[in-house]
Amino acid sequence: MTTIAPENTDQEALFDATIAADERIEPRDWMPEDYRASLIRQIAQHAHSEIIGMQPEANWITRAPSLRRKAILMAKVQDEAGHGLYLYSAAETLGAGRDELLDKLHTGRQKYSSIFNYPTLTWADVGAIGWLVDGAAITNQVPLCRCSYGPYARAMVRVCKEESFHQRQGYELLLTLSRGTDAQHAMAQDAVDRWWWPSLMMFGPPDDESAHSAQSMAWKIKRHSNDELRQRFVDICVPQAEALGLTLPDPHLRWNEERGHWDFGPIDWSEFREVLKGNGPCNDERLGRRRRAHEEGAWVREAAAAHAARHAARTPRTGTHQEEAAR
Amino acid sequence: MTPRTATPALPLGDDALILSHRLGEWAGNAPVLEEEVALANIALDLLGQARVLLSLAGDEDELAYLREERQFRNVQLVEQPNGDFAHTIARQLYFSTYQELLHGHLATGDTDLAPLAAKAVKETAYHRDHAEQWTVRLGDGTAESHTRMQRALDTLWRFTGELFDPVDGLDSVPWHDLRATWTTRITTTLERAALTLPEGPQRSGWAAGGGRQGLHTEPFGRLLAEMQHLHRSHPGATW
Repeated sequence: MTTIAPENTDQEALFDATIAADERIEPRDWMPEDYRASLIRQIAQHAHSEIIGMQPEANWITRAPSLRRKAILMAKVQDEAGHGLYLYSAAETLGAGRDELLDKLHTGRQKYSSIFNYPTLTWADVGAIGWLVDGAAITNQVPLCRCSYGPYARAMVRVCKEESFHQRQGYELLLTLSRGTDAQHAMAQDAVDRWWWPSLMMFGPPDDESAHSAQSMAWKIKRHSNDELRQRFVDICVPQAEALGLTLPDPHLRWNEERGHWDFGPIDWSEFREVLKGNGPCNDERLGRRRRAHEEGAWVREAAAAHAARHAARTPRTGTHQEEAAR
Repeated sequence: MTPRTATPALPLGDDALILSHRLGEWAGNAPVLEEEVALANIALDLLGQARVLLSLAGDEDELAYLREERQFRNVQLVEQPNGDFAHTIARQLYFSTYQELLHGHLATGDTDLAPLAAKAVKETAYHRDHAEQWTVRLGDGTAESHTRMQRALDTLWRFTGELFDPVDGLDSVPWHDLRATWTTRITTTLERAALTLPEGPQRSGWAAGGGRQGLHTEPFGRLLAEMQHLHRSHPGATW
């Protein structure tokens, strides 16, 4: 990847014009180094979130209460691994390697979504994650389908289609519980009570405290502010909760005729900051398990690389896949 | 509850159900992201087969969640714990090779299993290919991977004899020929992988063919406890 000197104003002007015209930046286009770095960080953290996000749900695969639900959950966790793959590929178009990004995740130098540091304590949590967590993710991600960086935008189109499907399945799971036995209904309500506030935190800090927002919006990586998206999410969820026959754990929730939106209570940002700092309920477990899987798999990756290298040496081919894999 | 134990759909369904469950335990633990996808994919195929087969024998959820250990008819191979990646691959190699041959035979027959078998044999060919490729990579990889792969093959060898015990209701299956073909295929793959076919008995003496009669190994009860606990905690509930 060649870096063009900043005084090359032609290319900078072209970049600015592309952004202004709402067109896409592609991997071979010139881009400001800050734009590249910012995207690598965002896409990588998005990929990490998919990978870490497999854990809270995988926690229930072996205990799913029906074979139909088990199949749905397995397929969902598989999709998340697939989303991680798309997203690492998108980050690689910017010159970052998957190994390097994983290393940053494992050493805590890059983050993942704070939501996955909460535990899945009952089966209903699987439904609450589908409805609320995937719902919040979709609200965040649909505007990213129009993000200025082409590979990221295209990855988001695929991710959002599958996420919407998961979200409907989560909603349907909760609806079944809500209409089931008293114990099932209580299980659903308890899960919603525990996941509601953490889901609202997924939109990030309030607009006046969001470090990257202004620049991301100027670059059209981001299209709406954190608070705008959070409000949109609340407005969508309130009627859905009612349809589910469940309540949201916020005494301040009420319709504001003047604004045309639902007002909601204050978010506990101290909790959010603690979770981000690594002091949430499952931070250690999540990262620990990810590291362990990676370390325990090292001999498998080494074997694959050694085999590929030997095979490539025996049967030389042009542009060998084997050599690539061996690195 | 009285499942139609006479139907061969039950043992074959149990094989797929239990192996799928074991593979589901890999979620989030695989050595590379591509294997998260692959192992989940195989687990889903097997779960899909299990659901069709168990539905032929009765209610899929009643059969999966409300039978006790002594009523399950799966072979002992599929209930073996995952171990390391080589152990899982050895289990997959032995079982998927068997399953592809069996379904290949059933697909050409006229039992009510033929349509399922025709679909399953395609999925299973992919599972077998996946297992073979990894067997070769690990066997012909590093010294460590070679050692691990050979150890896994050796450890699981004694569970392979049971695969060829005739299953009630599948009288047309030439079990003896199936075993010969299976052995040839496994031998060929192991040669490619610079590994050796394990020696020794393919079954332990006292428990010959135990799984098909509901005699299982110790880890199986724990697997069922985990799989069934939620369903059993809410009798009569729908999910």
